[in-house]
This record gives sequence, structure tokens and C-alpha cells, in this order.
Amino acid sequence: MATQQTLYNYIWQHSRRDQLTILCIAIAAQPFYFLTLSLPKLIINGPITGNGFEASNATQEFMRFVIAVPSWLATQAGNQWVVFEGVALERLPFLLALSFSFLALVGFNGFLKFLVNTMKGRLGERLLRRLRYELIDRVLRFPPSHVRKIKQAEIASMVKDEVEPLGGFTGDAIVWPVFLAGQALTALTFIVLQNFWLGMVSGTIVVVQAIVIPYLRKPILKLGKLRQFQARELAGRVGEIVDGNADIRVLGTSNWERAEIASRLARIFDIRFELYQRKYFVKSLNNFIAQLTPFVFYAVGGYFVITHQLDVGQLVAVIIAYKDLPGPIKELIDWDLQRQDVEIKYNQVMEQFQPDGMEPPAQASQPGAASNQLEQFELKNVTAVDDAGFVLLDDLELSLPLDKSIAAIGPSGSGKEALGHLFTRQLSLKAGSIKSGQFDLLSLPDIVSGRRFAYAGPETYFFPTDLKQNLLYGLRLATRNVGPGGNAQHLRQMKEAERSGNPPFDSTADWLDYSAFGTTDPNAIRDRIVEILAMVGLENDVFQFGLQSRLDPQTNTAATDRIVEARQELHRRLEQPELSPLVERFDEQAYNRNASIAENILFGASSDPLLQPHNLPGLPHFQRIVAEEGLEQHLVMMGLSIAETMLELFHELPDDHPFFDEFSFIPSNELATFQQIMKRAKSSSLTYADRAMLSVLPLRYVEARHRLGLVTPEIRERLLAARRTFAQTLPAGLKSRISFYNEDAFNASASLQDNILLGRVSYGVAQAQDRVNALIREILDQLDVRDLVIEAGLAFHSGAGGKRLTTGQRQKLGLARAVIKEPDFLVVNGALANLDDQQKTQIVDRVLRHRKGRATLWILTKDDLASRFDRTLTFEHGRLVSDIGNSDMHEAAQ
Amino acid sequence: MSIHAEVDLLRRIPLFASIDTSKLKLLAFTSERLTFASGAVLFREGDRGDSAYLILSGVVSVSVASPKGDVVVASIGSNNIVGEMALLGEMPRTATLTATEPLETLKIKKEQFFQLLRDLPQMTLEIMRELAARLNNANKELAAAHAKLRAAGLE
Repeated sequence: MATQQTLYNYIWQHSRRDQLTILCIAIAAQPFYFLTLSLPKLIINGPITGNGFEASNATQEFMRFVIAVPSWLATQAGNQWVVFEGVALERLPFLLALSFSFLALVGFNGFLKFLVNTMKGRLGERLLRRLRYELIDRVLRFPPSHVRKIKQAEIASMVKDEVEPLGGFTGDAIVWPVFLAGQALTALTFIVLQNFWLGMVSGTIVVVQAIVIPYLRKPILKLGKLRQFQARELAGRVGEIVDGNADIRVLGTSNWERAEIASRLARIFDIRFELYQRKYFVKSLNNFIAQLTPFVFYAVGGYFVITHQLDVGQLVAVIIAYKDLPGPIKELIDWDLQRQDVEIKYNQVMEQFQPDGMEPPAQASQPGAASNQLEQFELKNVTAVDDAGFVLLDDLELSLPLDKSIAAIGPSGSGKEALGHLFTRQLSLKAGSIKSGQFDLLSLPDIVSGRRFAYAGPETYFFPTDLKQNLLYGLRLATRNVGPGGNAQHLRQMKEAERSGNPPFDSTADWLDYSAFGTTDPNAIRDRIVEILAMVGLENDVFQFGLQSRLDPQTNTAATDRIVEARQELHRRLEQPELSPLVERFDEQAYNRNASIAENILFGASSDPLLQPHNLPGLPHFQRIVAEEGLEQHLVMMGLSIAETMLELFHELPDDHPFFDEFSFIPSNELATFQQIMKRAKSSSLTYADRAMLSVLPLRYVEARHRLGLVTPEIRERLLAARRTFAQTLPAGLKSRISFYNEDAFNASASLQDNILLGRVSYGVAQAQDRVNALIREILDQLDVRDLVIEAGLAFHSGAGGKRLTTGQRQKLGLARAVIKEPDFLVVNGALANLDDQQKTQIVDRVLRHRKGRATLWILTKDDLASRFDRTLTFEHGRLVSDIGNSDMHEAAQ
Repeated sequence: MSIHAEVDLLRRIPLFASIDTSKLKLLAFTSERLTFASGAVLFREGDRGDSAYLILSGVVSVSVASPKGDVVVASIGSNNIVGEMALLGEMPRTATLTATEPLETLKIKKEQFFQLLRDLPQMTLEIMRELAARLNNANKELAAAHAKLRAAGLE
């Protein structure tokens, strides 16, 4: 859609057939509606008042259907053609027959209404689905310069909220006004037929209503538009505040943000308030006009009845008919308002989604295109500029073969980064061309570019899913449609998608393009993943993630046995004198100096938040144990000792000193409270609350780490006794929620690492953590369970935007995601900027070895790695200043 | 060894001589006590420096790589701080440190070290004094080396 369509064009184009069907039903419903109006008159005037039943057993023809025939066709029978003679009924049966006909008609009308409403709803939903899909499809085709300008929250608000009323309106766009107008006209006609003057009066009032009300509503509409605009901006601002939260706090500008938001809210308030005032004024006026007519009916109609120009039945019918008149009129006016509102919204949204330079609509999967091989890239006179028109690359002539590794170096901003960016196709060319055989790089279909080249930059977006999904995201290239062989549910979905202009893609299918692996065997693929992870130096991290995760014993029974085996092997090895200091094992009979006091009492793991060590003080069972084992006094004394040390250490530090978070047992805002407590302790008059606060402090105390010498042999014995009683007297309700440490059993609530260690890595032994990790790895390798841990590590959730990963890990993962595609042409653009030199060198070496004989263009942040590449391009001020092969460089050096 | 014993040890180190006991206690509390077995490496030349070590007891040997293998250039005993240069200069470790006998150290992480310098101006002065002394030493050695070279007729 290059030119903008109007809303009505759009609706008509995509829902013509449904609209017409509904319209037919709506029109067909009108005569029945007319009948429901006239029946009450027949009932009152006929059987109730007794007209035509004057004789005691007089009958009337029920359902007699007569069509008047023009006189020139008239036969002997007169100028009537009797279609149905009718059934002769006495007064009471006639009343019942009419009443039941009324009931049946009301039911039938209701059914038609239901039918029309459902059809309208479905029609609206289909159009809404189509529109939303189109909008998101457009977002995927936005030119990069536009993407950089838009605010994601605003776009999201448009797609999600602003088009929503369009769906509701679509069903009403054509049918509703016709239906309402028909209803109003029927009612009006009916009234006119009863009494001309009453009809004229109500007609006039309707016309006045139809002119005055829309006029008064115009400004309301304008305000509504303004409100929409402000609300969207607000959504954008809220998005900014969330995104920029860290910077806002660091810069201390939160009050400015508050002021800005407050003034925005004030503006929205003003607009909305004025809107309300006007809206309710119009509403009350409308109501008044609507009530004016019944007044006329009672006064004038009553006069007619009294003077016998009108019978009571007619007046009642008029009043009933009139009751149905303002309704449709009001709704017609509402509808018109909604129409204008929705048209404005549609136009506004469409404007936002029609930037210049949008990519063409997605091509349907062309199996041929994907198999097209790239050829060497030829850059001719390439001049690229950024959004501000600054020249990034100046008249670049270059050919990039597909079998060489190429390094691009130069100072930052020299144009080397822009060279990399060219291949993301996010940079606009001012002049020149980039060709690969028959293809122009910039118009290369996604399907080819997605398979044939890959790009890793310094910042990569990760989806909030697990590591594996993120790693393989770039391989979701195999377009899968809902198959014709699918079940009925599938087929229905496919049909519905087609009706809404959505593609027949099946997102539940496996979209992985296995050609990059050359196999579909899950084990081989996992090996490949491990290989790539090792290549980018991420294997260890993933392994650690795996060790930190829990394993579900239900689905991994064999694995849990292996983990227990690994534990036994580790413990065997730890018996060697040089290794034994590394880990302090959990021993039911011994106090663990490397675990906290709380952990020592709990002596188990739980996935229940209530049963975490730091939450113990709130657990009634724990409180009971502390009291019964006579621990309370000891905890208070330890608490006093800790509080004294903390006050000594931290009382001079400013409240926001980073040490508080990391080291203090007492947060800075509670120091003063504890100072008071200490004073009371000296005069030995601690309150109950003081004692409670003090007794919580030592629970986090780890003897080996904090080294305050608090856990004396006597206390140790008492803590061990508490541990035993805690487990023995555990209430039944808690039993299933905690798994105590047991030398011979897998602990489903503890992480893999805790399961293997079944102890704590010792504080104070140099490199203990690293050495233990190495040991664990070795043992897991030996037992062949490494894959299991890697698998668990790959299930690690990366967090929103990959925030649970460090910058270095994100960069490595970004590179891995590009490498695993096994592209013909790999571009790495400063993707390792945050890693140290040693890691950078190792990764470059490993990746180059892996990609030998294929093209790799690496934009280096440090020039000294260039000698590892086949060819080096040097940039300065946007120009290529030297282009030499590696062998030449060696020669030049010699 | 409890934190109180560590504080006593710290007080004997010239760098900390003029600092309050409570601050020394804070330093001890926020640092990690690490023991190294004989032969264990504290850090290697070229590593990224992330911490300094206070030697509480034991001896470390300082060695640098040379074409003929690692050469031991010094031995450092207790009451000394090592590895602080990498923290101050943001450069890789300039030497490899190996424990030659069982070693007790207090590991001071980079962030804590800088926090300490911010909180304790006296300590900053002591460090400056120490650096100046080292620079002076290096200059003297350089001059001596020049003189030797000149005497050998190589310059």
C-alpha cells in the first residue's frame, strides 16, 4: 500500500462479503421488527377491548393474509387476493394466539440480533487481526533510519491499544447505520401511519436532535484526539523513564523527570476534565430532548384520544414505537461520532507506519532463492553517510573474496565500523553499489541474507528466553506453514489466518534450519553447540550456569544417580591431603564453619521462599526450636558482639557508602537503632524487641568468612542439637518442602553444584573456587555427565534483553549466534570490545581456525591482531588507506 | 586467626602504622583472608590485576619472564603489600608472584583498595611515599646500569 487508504476503503476491501451478508440479514429483519411493533395494537384493540368480538361467540380470522390487487387485475372476488384464509378463533384463543405470536417474534428478533452481533464481532476481530499483523509487518520492514527515530513504547501503544476500537467499529461500519436508520425509519413510519401529526412532531424532534447534538460534539472529538496524542506521548515518556532509569538516578535528575511527568499529567487532566464537562452537558441535553417527545405524546396524544380522533391502542402503540425511536437515533449519532474518532485514529496510526523507503513486503518462501550462492562482494564508489549526513565512508573501492579472512583496522571512527555496518544493511548509501554476483546487497532478500551471511556487533539484542533459544535464534530460517495434513484444529487456524490476511506460518513447528549443522541428530547438534561455545570462550560460563541450576529428578532419574556418583568421586578425591582444605563437607554430626548459622540449623535445601536461610526468623517452627534449645540467649549475645563490631566499623562511614551493602550486617538506616540497643545492653535492660532484633543478626554469620570468633565449642554443640531437633520435630506440612542434606541421596531442591559438593567451598584458601570447579568438571567429564550440565546451563534464562548476562557474556553469545549459522560471509564488528586482550586473541584464533577457507571480515578494536588475517584493510578518515595481504606484510617486515 | 589478630599484624606494617584501629579492622573485615600453599602462584605476569595482597606471614618470590625462562628478581616477606601497582596503573601484572613457603595473605580487591584510598588520605600519602622511593630506586639502578654499559664501551 504505497498510498494511504481511507478507513472505509480498507474496510470495504477486506470485508465486503461479510458486510453484505450481515446487511442482508439486517434488512430481512426489518419486517419482523415492524410486526412486533404492530402486534400490541392488534392485541389491545382486538381481544382486550373486544372490537370485533361483540357477539358472545364471535370469531376473527387469525393470520389472514390479504394482498390488495390493482383494480385492472381485479376478478369477481373483488380487488383482494387472499393468500391465506386464516384460522377462525374466539376472543380468548385469539388473544393467546396474538400474544404467543408476539413472544415468538420477540424471540426471533432476538435471534437475528444475536446472529448479526456475532457476525459483526467476528468480522471486526478479523479486520483487527489483519491490521495489527500488517502494522507489525511494517515495523519489520521499516527503514533503519526510521527505526532509530521511533519510540518503541509509542509503537507498542498504537498496535496494542489505539487500533483496538477499529476492530469494534469495523463490524458496525456499514451494517449498523443501515440497521439503525432502518429501525428509526420503521418506527417513524409506524407513528406516521397511526397519526400524521404525532409522526410529524416526533420527526421534527429527531431532526433537531440529529443536527444539534453532532454540532455540540465536534469540540469533544477534537479534545479526544488531543487526549489520544498526549496519552501516546505519555506512554513514550514512561518507556524512556524505564529504559533510562539507571542514568536518571546516576545523574540525579529524577526530580526533573517527576516535574515533567507531573506537567504532562496535568495537561491530560485538563483535557479530560473539559472532555467530561462537555460530554455530560451533551448527554443531559440529549436526554432532555428525548423526554420532550413523550411529553408531546401525553399532552397532544391524550387530547386526541379524549376528542376521539385517536384510540387508546393507537396512542399506546405510538408511545411504544416512540420508545424505540430515540434509541436508534442516539445510537446513530454515537455511531457517527465513533466513525469520526476511529477514522482519525486510523489516519494517525497509518501516518506513523508509512515512512519513506520501506522495504518491500516479505517474499513468500522461495526455495530457489535460498540456495543461491553468494559471490565475491564488489564495492564500487561506495559513499555512506549517517543520519546527520556525516560521511562515514568516502568513495570506497573494494572487492571481498569469499575464501579469505580480512581484518579492518584504523582509529575508531575511521570508517572501519561503517564498513561492518554496511553488511547489516542498516546504513544508507549515498553513492556507489555493493554487489555480489547478480545480487545487490541492499536489495538482497532476507531469505538469502539470513542464510548466507551473519553479523556480530558490539551490542546484540537477546530475547527474554533461555540461552539455547537465543543462540539458535539466527537459525530460525526454515519457514514452516501449517501443513495440509494437519488436524482439524490446524486447518481451522489456517483458514482463519487466511481470512485475516495473516500468513499460514506455524510458529509451533521447528523452524531451525538444520543445513547449518548438516544433521538433525540432537546429540550431534549439542556437540556442535558446545564446540561453538568453547570457541567463543563461553563454555565455562554455560557450565557454571548448569551447575547453579536445579535438576528435576522426575525427568532425569538416571542423571540424578550420576550426580550422586560424581559427589562420591569428588569426596574420594578430596581425601587427598593437598585437596582436602578446599571444601568443607556437610556432615550431619559436625558444624560447618563455611556455612552460616542459619544454614547450619536448617541443614537442607528448599525451593520454598519461606524455608530459605534468611527467612528462618519468621518461621514459627524455628522460633520454637530456638526457645526449646536454649539458643535464644546465645543468639542475643552473638548479636551484641556483631552489633558492637558493626558499630565500631561502620559508624563513621556515610550512609550511602558501598561497604554497607556488601559487608555490614546492619543497614545504614538501622545503625542508630542498634546504637540505642547497645546503650540499653550496657545497663542490662534489653527489651523484648531489642532481643528479637539482636538474635536475627548472627543467623547470617559465617565463621570462616567473618572471623569474629563467635562460634565457641559450646555454641557449636547447641547449634548441632538445634539442627537435630529442627529436623526431628518438623511439622508434617513442612516436611515435603525441604530436603535435608544426605550423603547418599540426590537433593532435588539444591543446585547441581551443591549436590555434587554437598558442602561449602572453603573461605580463605587461595583459588579454592577455581580448583573445585576444575575438579568438578574433570569428574563430570569422566562420568560422561558434562552434556547434562551443559544442557541445564543452556536452559539458563538470559533475562530481558540479556540482562542476566554480563556484557562480556553477551558479546560472546552474540558472536556465537553469528558463527553457528556457518555463513558464507561473517562480519564481526567490534564484537569483543569488552573482553581482555588475552581472551580476544584466543577467540580470534579459534574462530579463524574454524572458518578457514570461508570469508570473515573482522573489524578489530586493537590493530595488533591483524597479522592473524589473510588480508588487512587500514582506514583513516573514512578512506581506505592501505590494503595489503598478510604475506606482503611479512615481506615488508623483513 | 581471628580478625583481632589480623588487626595486630596490620598495625606492624609501616603503610598502616598511622591508621586508627577501627579503620584497620574495617580493612581486615572487608578483605578476604587467603592462604597459599608453598609453590602456589598468587598471580602471573600479564594477568589483569584485580587485587593487591598484604603478606601476613610467609615469603613470596617475584619473577619475570626472560628469554632464558623465568628469573627470580626479588623475595618479599611478611608485613609487605604486593600487587598494588597493577591496581594503581591499570596495567597487566609486571611479574609473577609465587609462594615459596606456606603463605598467609589478606587479599584486598580493587574496589576496596580504592575505597580505602578515598577514605584514608594518610594511606594515600604513604603509598605516594612508597612509590617515590621505588622510583628513586629505579632511577639509581638505571644510572648504575648506564654507567656499567658505558664502562663496557657499549654506549
